Amino acid sequence: MSCFNPSRSKTLTPQAPDIQSLKNKAFEFRKEILETIHAAGSGHPGGSLSAVEIMIALYFYKMKHRPTDPHWEDRDRLIVSKGHVSPVVYVTLANAGYFPKEELKTFRKFHSHLQGHVTTKTPGVEFNTGSLGHGLAVANGMAIGAKLLKKSFRAFCLMGDGEIQEGSVWEAAMTASHHKLDNVCAIVDHNQVQENGLLMDIKNIEPVKQKWESFGWNTLSIDGHDFSALFNALDNAENTKGKPTVIIANTIKGKGVKFMELKAAWHGKAPNAEQLKEALTELAAGRSQ
Amino acid sequence: MAEMIATRDGFGTELVELGKTNGKILVFSGDLEDATRAEYFKKAYPERFFNLGITEQDVVGTAAGASTLGFVTFATSFAVFMTNRAYDQIRMDVCYNNTNVKVVCSHAGVTVGEDGASAQCLEDLAIMRVLPNMRVICPVDNIEVKKAIRAIVSEKGPIYMRTSRAPVPVITKDSDPFVIGKANLMRPGKDVTFIACGIMVSEALSAAEMLKAEGIEARVLNMHTIKPIDQDAILAAAKETGAIVTAEEHQINGGLGSAVVEVLAQNSPVPVEMVAVKDSFGESGTPAELMRAYHLKDVDIAAAARKVIKRKLIKI
Repeated sequence: MSCFNPSRSKTLTPQAPDIQSLKNKAFEFRKEILETIHAAGSGHPGGSLSAVEIMIALYFYKMKHRPTDPHWEDRDRLIVSKGHVSPVVYVTLANAGYFPKEELKTFRKFHSHLQGHVTTKTPGVEFNTGSLGHGLAVANGMAIGAKLLKKSFRAFCLMGDGEIQEGSVWEAAMTASHHKLDNVCAIVDHNQVQENGLLMDIKNIEPVKQKWESFGWNTLSIDGHDFSALFNALDNAENTKGKPTVIIANTIKGKGVKFMELKAAWHGKAPNAEQLKEALTELAAGRSQ
Repeated sequence: MAEMIATRDGFGTELVELGKTNGKILVFSGDLEDATRAEYFKKAYPERFFNLGITEQDVVGTAAGASTLGFVTFATSFAVFMTNRAYDQIRMDVCYNNTNVKVVCSHAGVTVGEDGASAQCLEDLAIMRVLPNMRVICPVDNIEVKKAIRAIVSEKGPIYMRTSRAPVPVITKDSDPFVIGKANLMRPGKDVTFIACGIMVSEALSAAEMLKAEGIEARVLNMHTIKPIDQDAILAAAKETGAIVTAEEHQINGGLGSAVVEVLAQNSPVPVEMVAVKDSFGESGTPAELMRAYHLKDVDIAAAARKVIKRKLIKI
């Protein structure tokens, strides 16, 4: 938290990184994610729940952004390359003030700006995604453009761990290191599970840290549910010059709801009323601890 | 005899010209800039040129990202690699995001020649045309390609343009207009209309000259824009000449001919013959040998004209 800037927070982000309040926020986010997916009747809970702390760290700690001015030209950019985790993105943006929370009820509905996979119809979303393996190249392009324009904003890219099975990710990984894009910060939500099972069973990505290191990246492997670790890693990324940074955020798919945790079945399925009730009860109990 | 210049050359030189006054042009290459002629831009403006290596998907995605900051970005490679290998990036990052990316590729058609089928792109017009937001251009010669580049840079949004490796006859003039989506009349005629693009326009003009001796007056349209297709010019040709021959250096399925018959079938059907590659891959050979072997010559267009004129006389 060394480079946290209170004055910047005051103008650009709504609250200081008080860890306890952020933990409470994480419980709220998980509740809202599950309610949003339940209301839609479909969606992706697993990878949304695993990325809650990552998204909070980005939007309520690290990124320079203005919820009332989403197109502010000096904002940091986040490309949500795993576009299916739209629930955590929309809950984050709504809580940050980009649009009213009640609009979360329109998720996946006809004519809603909250599409199944994220799009720029939603204020605060930078790029339409939904086909995996695209985001890192797009973030690199923004970073190259920023350097040409002598702008200090940075390009973040959130990817899934299954996503990095896509070869295009490694094309982009080579570009970022070759062109010394130190204004790029990739975050791999390493939640261990993909659509049909465990990564280690389907197509193992390990040793993932060494892979990124060998591609020339400043590579940080951390507990992706630990705010302090996330803040330190994001600060480290910003302070690292001459190479891009990737944060391997070790997480649990479905985090916070025991019957969803590390279960591939909950990659892309909505909880029914009974399951939602059970999940919310569990979350509430976790919060009161 | 018309001067022979490859359209890739005009692309390279005109981009350098535009770069003098437009600092927002960035060029991303998949390590084929020597062949696409994007290297002229690299030499002139190295700080605005990026060879991203043999990674077409990365070229398109990176170009899309940079374009969101107000740059006009060119994604360049061979047509066959870019439109096929990076199709998902073109669909998502360029078309779905409606970014200001210009996909300009050389080495289209059988006139790629000796490199053979793997390098001869014969499906780009079809697969680019089907994408929402994409416009598709196939310029006829070295003069038109320069006008096309200027139009491409001044127009916002996704555009695909193919250029040729082989030298092609210079048949247009500096004074000829170039408007995206507006066909150019190359020769008037009342008996049949040839609707052609790229290298096939000069073949069509040659065919029209052959038919003149037989008393057939063929109109020749240079349909340099395949999408949006010039409906008015097609429907006027149908009404005024009653028969159409399309000609393209491309697969018969999905390209210029298909675009023309889609317009006709929905508005004013007339007999059509399509001169194109008949659902096969190319092979090695000289451009001239391959143009003959794949029936893309003036004689083939003339034969198609005779056939289609006979068909228009048959009452259905």
